[in-house]
Amino acid sequence: MTSISPTFDATSAEALEAKAKAANTGYWRKVYFWRISLLVLFLGSWELAARTEVIDPFRYAMPSTIWARLVEWITEGTSEGPLWYHLWVTMEESLLGFFSGSIIGVIAGIALGRNKMAADIFALYIQLINSIPRVVLAPIFTVIFGLGLMSKVALSFVMVFFVVFANAFQGVREADKAMIANARILGASESQLTRSVIIPSALSWIFASLHVSFGFAIIGAIVGEFVGARYGIGLLISIAKGSFDAAGMFAAILIVMVVALIAEYLMTYIEGRFASWKPPVSQDVA
Amino acid sequence: MNNTSAIELRNVTRQFLSPDGKALTALRDFSMTVARGEFAAVVGPTGCGKSTTLNLVTGLFKPSAGEVRVMGEPVNGIDRRIGFVFQTDALFPWRNVIDNVVAGPIFRGMAKAHAYAEARDWLARVGLSKFEKLHPHQLSGGMRKRAALAQTFINKPEILLMDEPFSALDVQTRAVMHTELLKLWSENRASVVFVTHDLEEAIALADKVYVLTAGPATVKSVYDIKLPRPRNVADIRYDKNFIDISKQIWNDLKSEVQEAQARQTRAA
Ligand SMILES: Nc1ncnc2c1ncn2[C@@H]1O[C@H](COP(=O)(O)OP(=O)(O)OP(=O)(O)O)[C@@H](O)[C@H]1O
Ligand SMILES: [Mg+2]
Repeated sequence: MTSISPTFDATSAEALEAKAKAANTGYWRKVYFWRISLLVLFLGSWELAARTEVIDPFRYAMPSTIWARLVEWITEGTSEGPLWYHLWVTMEESLLGFFSGSIIGVIAGIALGRNKMAADIFALYIQLINSIPRVVLAPIFTVIFGLGLMSKVALSFVMVFFVVFANAFQGVREADKAMIANARILGASESQLTRSVIIPSALSWIFASLHVSFGFAIIGAIVGEFVGARYGIGLLISIAKGSFDAAGMFAAILIVMVVALIAEYLMTYIEGRFASWKPPVSQDVA
Repeated sequence: MNNTSAIELRNVTRQFLSPDGKALTALRDFSMTVARGEFAAVVGPTGCGKSTTLNLVTGLFKPSAGEVRVMGEPVNGIDRRIGFVFQTDALFPWRNVIDNVVAGPIFRGMAKAHAYAEARDWLARVGLSKFEKLHPHQLSGGMRKRAALAQTFINKPEILLMDEPFSALDVQTRAVMHTELLKLWSENRASVVFVTHDLEEAIALADKVYVLTAGPATVKSVYDIKLPRPRNVADIRYDKNFIDISKQIWNDLKSEVQEAQARQTRAA
């Protein structure tokens, strides 16, 4: 018998890991390079086309004037008061709509998911309401709740509620039958079953919906502000439109984009903490 | 001690409604008795009604006709004395191994500290002590099955129902699990119903083997397995008596398996 040197395996494993790591950083370097290049190319050709008047700079604005408007808003405030206040009002509306919509959506989804009779009774009405394009409710809410906070929160709420509700409901329905039977036989009561099996297994569905629904909450708030408001990013866009200020519109859109992106990253982070048991995607080292 | 049997199915019939509303009979006039502390194995062709039989004992299904008794009393809802090891993976994937094992005692109201102490004890017995913090997807199939055994055994079931618990495992792991199962059973002396496709597995483990007919299932015949205990499951299949019994039972089972296969090809 010849003995195989144990260092052989160790070095080859290290070499493999190092190689995979190098390949990985090389890959991401390329991805970042192309991401930045595309952005520079896009903004550069926009700026160039507007300056040389290939496109109408009055209607399309250009990156430099948009940036200047943004800086002006941040340092001097908008014609309607400080930018931060508008941003805060929009965020407040979105957050209230998001939290109320998702909490009530989750509760309603789980309750109906656990009760077949109630689900069948409500199914028709939920489908009916769900078939209304949400934004047409904006004028109605303005009439009912006035120009203040409530009408935007209400619109945000309906935008969020249905997405979260549908996902929570589906998540409960998809809960594994064998797992439920197992919990019952192990001794779970109905409420223990809901807490320890139904909700955890619906959680990945719920998180998937929370991901998109914060974006919906912002849409709800901004559309509500278009229709009638005293403050908010939607109002800024509406005023910029009224004064043919293309740079102002794009600047407002940019702000919304940044906020939505931050929210998206936060959500991914929170989801990662909650669903730590999820199998990670294994790397192909070939 | 009273001398009523642990499980008794008397002339049980169970029907299902298929999605298009037609009645399908899974069990017909099915009778079976398992004494206390007895290890009964059930073999039969696929789809004949073996899982249905176990579900009737748990109380998850109700009989359409006939009577199911557990420890002398009619089944009414889920009985706390019953443990069930499932055919499919039924561990909770979002809980780690030890949190899976304590589930039963905590559902049943045991204090946390006590439950975790017992769970550690059970994990040691099934050889998973080092893996208590891992999640099911990080375990091998055999480790998951051992975790499932610990999850069921920690409730100290007086009646243990097992639905093809080891069918997804490779031959070597299966042999290890058989030995472990018999060891746990000899310590606890539960009454066991063990469903399997594998005739050799049934004979090696059980005191009695029930052969079922192709669906709707009735009991075709019952064999007493008089092989001495404790049994060495790995070697017993080469035992002369073992080979004789398995030939005998296989002759009986063969026609049912052929019947079930013929039906499947006809349906396809
Ligand atoms: N919930 C159900 N609804 C309708 N039909 C069912 C249901 N459960 C089982 N059946 C039917 O009853 C029959 C017996 O099913 P069962 O699961 O008991 O078979 P089995 O012997 O356990 O099969 P296998 O060995 O493949 O696990 C099958 O024809 C099946 O289609
Ligand atoms: Mg089965």
